[in-house]
Amino acid sequence: MALDNKDVADIAHLARLAVEPQDLDHYSAELTRILDLVEQMSAVDTAGVEPMAHPLHVAQRLRPDQADEPNRRERFQRIAPLTEDGLYLVPKVIE
Amino acid sequence: MHDMTIAELAAGLRAKQFSSRELTQHYLQRIDAVDPGLNAFITVAADHALDAAGAADRALAAGEAGPLTGIPIAHKDIFCTDGIKTSCGSRMLDTFIAPYDATVVEKLAAAGCVMLGKTNMDEFAMGSSNETSWYGPVRNPWDETRVPGGSSGGSAAAVAARLCAAATGTDTGGSIRQPAAFCGITGIKPTYGRCSRWGMIAFASSLDQAGVMARSAADAAAVMTAMSGFDRRDSTSADEPVPDYSAALDDDIAGLRIGLPKEYFGEGLDAEVAAAVEAAVKEYERLGASVQQISLANSPLSVPVYYVVAPAECSSNLARFDGVRYGHRCEEPRDLEDLYKRSRAEGFGAEVKRRIMIGTYALSAGYYDAYYLKAQQIRHLISDDFRRAFEQVDVIMGPTTPSTAFTLGAKTADPVAMYLNDIYTIATNLAGLPGLSIPVAPARGLPVGLQIIGNYFREGQLLNVAHRLQQATDWHRAAPPATA
Repeated sequence: MALDNKDVADIAHLARLAVEPQDLDHYSAELTRILDLVEQMSAVDTAGVEPMAHPLHVAQRLRPDQADEPNRRERFQRIAPLTEDGLYLVPKVIE
Repeated sequence: MHDMTIAELAAGLRAKQFSSRELTQHYLQRIDAVDPGLNAFITVAADHALDAAGAADRALAAGEAGPLTGIPIAHKDIFCTDGIKTSCGSRMLDTFIAPYDATVVEKLAAAGCVMLGKTNMDEFAMGSSNETSWYGPVRNPWDETRVPGGSSGGSAAAVAARLCAAATGTDTGGSIRQPAAFCGITGIKPTYGRCSRWGMIAFASSLDQAGVMARSAADAAAVMTAMSGFDRRDSTSADEPVPDYSAALDDDIAGLRIGLPKEYFGEGLDAEVAAAVEAAVKEYERLGASVQQISLANSPLSVPVYYVVAPAECSSNLARFDGVRYGHRCEEPRDLEDLYKRSRAEGFGAEVKRRIMIGTYALSAGYYDAYYLKAQQIRHLISDDFRRAFEQVDVIMGPTTPSTAFTLGAKTADPVAMYLNDIYTIATNLAGLPGLSIPVAPARGLPVGLQIIGNYFREGQLLNVAHRLQQATDWHRAAPPATA
């Protein structure tokens, strides 16, 4: 599976990563090489094999829907790049 | 003092040969003297360590000390440490002061361990040489022109160079065992779910597991006992009792059935590494074990499967780094999309970006079945191979890595060549099994690791089997030149 520069630009957009146009060739070559490695999987017959999502095949634990952690908003917001009045600040989204 | 085992250090502290404060100062001085040549630490937490040592000395004086009270350790910089920088080897988290302790950190602090600092690592644990760290590569204490392995390269180098008595690591595809092999130390990756993932920065959540790096199986057993156990804050934590791993170390291993997978001794394995591993297996035969060949037929597929599963889970986990709530934020964003894209492009290094993009692609509309679902199916086949093998044998042995430590820069140009370093370790993570690496006879002056894989929750048996070899041989006592 070879990826071209347009594929890489699309993937980078989905992943919200800025990629400079001059780096696209490099990324498409590297990602293609990794996908060539991954391609070995296609030779394996997996008809009827159940996908394995958890090594120990256990189900997700449930707990009562009650808040049990203290509210530590001030502590957590102290490490934010930009806040004001307890809110996170980002560039204007709606004009 | 830095050559003593954890049991010897604990006895010395109790006998008042030295205080925890003196021991801590000794290690801090060693870090000052030796680490500039290795770059094993990202952060040295001297004030924190001396405070913890003071508390340990008070516990010792009050007769309340446990087996780890006052023992100096280091944490891989992937574990959140309250009030102390937790970078995960990334520019993204260069300014991140964790607001809480990881469960593993909390448990080891409660056991009385003194944390000296945070060790260097591949960025977000993605790498096999410690060369993807934002803080620069770590050098191998055996030969400073070589890599220590990765991603827990700083922990491995620090333990090997006697800059701490033991260190934590994490292992998603070999990140404890491979650097343990390259640096000539003992490293154990327990069963998936054995140690809590809470506060351990996520890479690939179905594979990530914390473990211990130490100079012997006996030292690792003491730390493992303290850091393992159920945690309700980790949704995949195993609710299984934790035995005292130190208690079973001396159990007899006569009659132990060892399986050697033929796929782990084929093409690509360095001849001297093979010879060192075979010599160690012979030693086990002398100790009363029996050896048979087994097959893990699907294990050669573990690298391709891993490079779908791990990037897919990483692309999802690393979506949280958005430049809004914490971590790196770009200057003067034009709009919200620009803020996301540039903060992430500036904050992440090349390998992390490659894996995010591979994962994003594998999970994107129209490709999910061909990549992620297919990989999960083959993962099942790989896991079934192990299940069948453990019907015939008690433990599986083989090389940890195909070669000894390579030189800095040797594999950075080709990501796939780098990935193939983990060819013998990845299958264990995909199956969720425990695995351990111990040093055996060196090859051309460089350490070689013997990998021992056990059945689910048989960490105690792995440590017992490793300890018996370390009682019969002195390979694990070899010290690198940087320790002088």
